[in-house]
Amino acid sequence: MHKKTPWYNNLYRLEKQTLVLFRVFRIPLTSKVREALSGYAFISIWLIGFLFLTAIPLIESLIYSFNRITIVGGEGIQLISVGWQNFITILTSDLAFIEQLQQFVWEMIIYVPVIIILAMVIAILLNRPFKLRAFFRAIFFLPVIITSGPVVTELLRQGAGTIPSLSETGFLTIIESIFPSFLAQPLVELFTEIIFILWFSGVQVVLFLAGLQKMDQSMYEAAQMDGANGWETFWKITLPSLKNIIFVSAIYTIVTLATFSNNPIIAYIRTAMFEGIKGYGYASALAWLYFLVIALLLLVTSFLLNPKEKPIKERPMFQGFRR
Amino acid sequence: MKRFNMKTWWNAKTKRKWLGLKFSDGLLFKWMLYALLIVIGFVYIYPIIHMVSYSLKTLEDLLDPSIQYLPSTLYLQNFIDAFVTLDYMNTLGETLLVSLIPALLQTLVASLIGYGFARFQFPLKKILFALVLATYIIPPQVTMIPRYVLFFNLGILESIWAIIVPATFGQGLFSAIFILIFYQFYRMIPKSIDEAAQIDGASRWSIYTKIAIPLSLPSFLTSFLFSFVWYWNETYINRLFLGGGGETLLLRLLNFASAFNNLMGGDYANEAIRMAATLLIILPLLLMYIVLQRLFIEGIDRSGITGE
Repeated sequence: MHKKTPWYNNLYRLEKQTLVLFRVFRIPLTSKVREALSGYAFISIWLIGFLFLTAIPLIESLIYSFNRITIVGGEGIQLISVGWQNFITILTSDLAFIEQLQQFVWEMIIYVPVIIILAMVIAILLNRPFKLRAFFRAIFFLPVIITSGPVVTELLRQGAGTIPSLSETGFLTIIESIFPSFLAQPLVELFTEIIFILWFSGVQVVLFLAGLQKMDQSMYEAAQMDGANGWETFWKITLPSLKNIIFVSAIYTIVTLATFSNNPIIAYIRTAMFEGIKGYGYASALAWLYFLVIALLLLVTSFLLNPKEKPIKERPMFQGFRR
Repeated sequence: MKRFNMKTWWNAKTKRKWLGLKFSDGLLFKWMLYALLIVIGFVYIYPIIHMVSYSLKTLEDLLDPSIQYLPSTLYLQNFIDAFVTLDYMNTLGETLLVSLIPALLQTLVASLIGYGFARFQFPLKKILFALVLATYIIPPQVTMIPRYVLFFNLGILESIWAIIVPATFGQGLFSAIFILIFYQFYRMIPKSIDEAAQIDGASRWSIYTKIAIPLSLPSFLTSFLFSFVWYWNETYINRLFLGGGGETLLLRLLNFASAFNNLMGGDYANEAIRMAATLLIILPLLLMYIVLQRLFIEGIDRSGITGE
């Protein structure tokens, strides 16, 4: 009795060492091809997801941003091409958005260095053997677990984001009078939300700590022999070897702050989405402009903190299963 | 009585003790370190202290300017009111559902994808991996509107599937980080182990399930914990995609004031009750952190995202 040929034979079948696709294409299954196919099999779920949930939506939202979109009674959406109109409207007359975007950029310029420097200082403090070290490390990491938009909003509403004496002493009014308004506002915000800005440094502290612990102690001893003091060893040894981690932390900080639910721009985009005159098209244009600004910030960051330089110590390929 | 004499007290021995051989081994340095850490640590947990203190205050305590941090009595009514307003047990169940399931799926899938990228050579690998990392940078706002339309067309909007589907296809919340964690780990397993297993006739799938997964259990744990916490704390995507279909604890906190108003017959939710609600919401995470604190921190240490 003949074995029934399965239905997919026209699509693909295996003949000894050959894979036959659509009855026409014959691919010899060398070990290299097998490996490639297995690789694709493993990542196939990502490929599908990326295509349908990221790549296509990305293009769609770009198309949306050049259209006016109306929702036709549960049937779906209707596009009416408007060219650059959405972008022109935003850039010329959506002052609220432009102002928020400007403020966002200033906040990033101030917050990211503050967060990174602070994380580094805390990591250096924690990078010595002393009792309670694990306890302090746990405290500095705690915010990573509990920070979320609504919780921060609730706490900020009650002024729990700042050290009380800071506002009582009139420190903030001094800042407002000294600096020009575009700088004063983010600075005032920096101090009224200072604790929550610190709260964003938990992961970075641990990253820096890991970096410090991997550092070669003999280098410090050698520097000490040569008469370098603590200040010099910090600038000449510690900082250069943390370069990679500074870069990673900067990117992490920017992305986290940019996508944090509390960010007013994010709320603005969502509101625009359901607003009659604006709609999906306008909101998509807003989102793309926001994306461009973030991309630009990341680009500048990677330009400034170029991590391409060779690390001082080559990592061995395999370090055992400890990691 | 022995008088304290600075000249005799400050001898070589005490000097050594206080200032150390180098300044940094001395007692003085150690105390400075502790002082600095305590100050910074206090600033870090100040909001939590504020939250605990306010949540225990009665209305009179709130209005009394002489009471700063220590409430006059142990007053738990705030917690009871907040508990009722949040519909705590039901909402907690719902929150666990929409954070545990996506976290679990995301972790499993990230391991699969990370393994694919780490262990196999295939054309376009570099470009595809760059795209994985790019998905981390693309803000969700950009893809959110088309996804919203897509989920609407698929009929899964306002249900947990709108959260599960992206997680399952490696496009969930910060999926790229988890893929990277697994990629870094699997890259370190020596190829010779695979080769030995292959000679023994193991297929690639069984190498993955029998060798790679058991070795990478710590990475699974790290990814799962972070994924869970991030999904729990997510409000932006949840609010859009779950809509009326699901109420997580954090979404309820957003509308707490009006919910309280409705439930308590027009009573105004004062600061104390709001803080009690906030505390109740972070409580499960806080408890989990107290128990699993080491796993979280060492997880990052181990993950190797420190930029090799």
